[in-house]
Amino acid sequence: MRRHPVLATLAYVAVIVALIPLGYLLVRTAEYPLADLFDELLTPRVGKLISTSLMLTGIVTVACLALGVFLAVLVMRSRVWGRKALGVAAALPLAIPSYVAAFGWKSLTDLVTTGQTFQGFWAAVLVMTLVTYPYVYLPVCAALRDIDPSTEEAGRSLGDSRWRVFRRITLPQAAPAIASGGLLAALYTLSDFGAVSILRVDTFTRAIFTSFNVGFDRLGAISLSTTLLLLTALIFIVEGRFRKTSTRYARLGPGARRRHGIMRLKKWTPFFSILGWLIPLVAVGGILIALVAWSLQGVSRPGGMEELGSAFLGSALAAALASLATTVLAVPLGLYIAGSRSKVARALERLVYLAHSLPGVVIGLSVVYLGITVITGLYQTMWLLVLAYAALFLPLALGPIVSSAGMISESVNESAHSLGSAPLQVFRRVTLPLALPGIASGALTVLLTAVKELPATLMLRPTGFETLATRLWTHTGVNAYAAAAPFAALLVILAIVPTWLLVTRVLREDGGERRRRTEKIAAPDDSASLGLNPSDLTEAKKQ
Amino acid sequence: MKIARSVALSAAVLVLGLTTACSGGTATPAGSTAASSAAGSSSAAAGDNKIVLYSGRNEKLVQPLIDQFESKTGIDVEVRYGNTSQMAAQILEEGDKSPADLFLAQDAGALGAVSSKGLFKDLDSKTLDLVPEKYRDAENQWVGVTGRTRVLAYNPDMIKEADLPKTVEELNDPKYKGKVGVAPTNASFQSFITAMRVLQGDAAAEKYLSDLAANSPEIREGNGEIVKDIDAGKIPFGLVNHYYVYEIAGEKGVEYTDMKVKNYIFPEGNIGALVNVSGAGIMKTTKDDEAQQLLDYFLSMDGQKYFAEKTFEYPLIDGAPTPAGMPKLEDIKTPDVDLNKLEDLETTISMITSAGLA
Repeated sequence: MRRHPVLATLAYVAVIVALIPLGYLLVRTAEYPLADLFDELLTPRVGKLISTSLMLTGIVTVACLALGVFLAVLVMRSRVWGRKALGVAAALPLAIPSYVAAFGWKSLTDLVTTGQTFQGFWAAVLVMTLVTYPYVYLPVCAALRDIDPSTEEAGRSLGDSRWRVFRRITLPQAAPAIASGGLLAALYTLSDFGAVSILRVDTFTRAIFTSFNVGFDRLGAISLSTTLLLLTALIFIVEGRFRKTSTRYARLGPGARRRHGIMRLKKWTPFFSILGWLIPLVAVGGILIALVAWSLQGVSRPGGMEELGSAFLGSALAAALASLATTVLAVPLGLYIAGSRSKVARALERLVYLAHSLPGVVIGLSVVYLGITVITGLYQTMWLLVLAYAALFLPLALGPIVSSAGMISESVNESAHSLGSAPLQVFRRVTLPLALPGIASGALTVLLTAVKELPATLMLRPTGFETLATRLWTHTGVNAYAAAAPFAALLVILAIVPTWLLVTRVLREDGGERRRRTEKIAAPDDSASLGLNPSDLTEAKKQ
Repeated sequence: MKIARSVALSAAVLVLGLTTACSGGTATPAGSTAASSAAGSSSAAAGDNKIVLYSGRNEKLVQPLIDQFESKTGIDVEVRYGNTSQMAAQILEEGDKSPADLFLAQDAGALGAVSSKGLFKDLDSKTLDLVPEKYRDAENQWVGVTGRTRVLAYNPDMIKEADLPKTVEELNDPKYKGKVGVAPTNASFQSFITAMRVLQGDAAAEKYLSDLAANSPEIREGNGEIVKDIDAGKIPFGLVNHYYVYEIAGEKGVEYTDMKVKNYIFPEGNIGALVNVSGAGIMKTTKDDEAQQLLDYFLSMDGQKYFAEKTFEYPLIDGAPTPAGMPKLEDIKTPDVDLNKLEDLETTISMITSAGLA
């Protein structure tokens, strides 16, 4: 199955889409003499940009890992107050675009302090961490749910303490999820523009934007982008080391459905509950207060329900298409990567992630270039915008698919094969259902990230097509914050839907459910109950 | 059957996505006068009564005027709104395949970048002659539409007008330490520094920037924030463009005269009183003269009045009104800077960053 040529072909198609921006950079970089590029890059300023970017990314990533893992463990493995509600609340900051968060915090601090302005490196660390940690939290929750309780129980039965079991057995199994979450958080931080710009931290992305913004200076922007890719490669090395230490545990054979061990916090329950709740409350509550403040301070109003409605529908449409297209591309690639431990597969995965560190404006320009030179008929249509989204968001969909498909035991596929099922049938009946939770998580993550995207949307949208993000940009562009507030609020509300779906999927404790399905598939007698047409099977056997 | 439900859910999402996708291709996004076709990928053909305007100016400022033009002429204007500089980068990327017929930009620098790649066509003298020579391109590639002047916005409660510096250089006096608001990453500040370089040379500009940095300015991302902070009494004064006080007054729902913050124009023809323009050029690829008609409308008395009264910018044609509360453009002693020379922002930016201001 995993070496099926169709799968491989589709996987390569996805990689090609992800590589559009890199190809663009390559073509553009080649246009300039190497000496000019070096002149552009070998400056103290670039050195400073690199160190600021890496410091910000490093600190935010570590903080995200700490918050994300802490909250995931709290929600999945303890009895904190309002556990389920906290599970949802903890993911909500994902619904807040970094630029809204940064501006919200800034305007909020302006209300309470005079003179002192909320900006700079540590302000950016705070804001970025609060909006980024769910990228770690969600996959870790899913991993904690999927870990077979029996491995943990085995550890317990050998006399290990809960903490030791957690450290020695649980954590290593969750490591791939932690690593991919950390990687996403790192790439998100590295490529973010909104927050660093508003909080005035001079990072690479901001410098790239400034290059475009004032000098229309594509040489500068392009050489900076190329350097940004090198930084990303550096992050991969760090992440690769982390991932290497992870262990793959596949479920072997059926087992009875059991719940995971729950840590008893006892007298610490209030402490951890408050601590856990504090994080999403600060992250989301602060912004909500800021939005209310915007509305109250200004008199500008958006142009009525029609404007709000069309922007809302525009966002929903663009995000739904982005999610659909990205998922369709990510599934074969994810299965291909998960099924093959080869170096090629690893390299493909990294290539896809590589483009994710580029700021939206570079990806936007690369798709402009593509639309103008290659697929000319589609320029400034929805199709090309969706293509740009796919290039931007492929890693978001890919990560969960790879990790959920990676948990599928090879023996399941093999037994299906040995029972005579054709590859496509194994895919449909075995692989796809087992990978479905990952696919759904990926699709939802793309959905809610696409809702927030701005620079590529501005550049590539069909003329006249509006989203909540573009409307927000229009109103804030003329200091009409009261008019902007409803769009920001709608944006958060729209993003809450996929966030909620995502979290409830993850929090549903159906660890045993999937195993039962596997049993059924492995037993052909039971095929009727899956709606499998017996003639399908005979046909499959003939092939 | 969990699996069936999951499949049904995915299918529902898919169907929803596809149906909306189809409708998205054909339906006009509501709430926008722009155009029906999502696939308006090529320039309007001759005589089809339709043009594509790339606007680097905010929709709130421009769309009402476009609406007037459409209802007067019956010409359908598709407007793409974006950030002036990103839009310039996009046009440069599109080259001669750009769907745009007309580019309206927020500053002369962006127009210069597009014209230097030969993407604009020559404007005829009838259009050019409407606008004083200093507010248009020497090579006839673009023409100014409105003027905006640099000012020192100040709070009279914190400093008397008589005590304000006469030149932008005097602001760097230690007695003003920590008092001036600037937005060094903002395009308007950068054009101002570029103008200083053009007029006084790079060395003077570099010294100015390092003196400014040494005087611990209050740095903000945009001019609006500076004006707000001056109005709120957080900063005594700051370097901005003249119309922000109107914009912030509008958002607060008060008359500009009721604002604490006032505009002050450096009196002696100092570089701090630079008048920059927003302007437009017609793309070489345009096949018809509707773009010319729209540009003419921008420069008509109706268009110019609109800008003076609604966006509080300076009209550039003869006999048009002056924005309320501002001196006449002719009465401002403006420094003698050639706006065509404001293209080299790159050097300016590296100066600003190496001075530690950004």
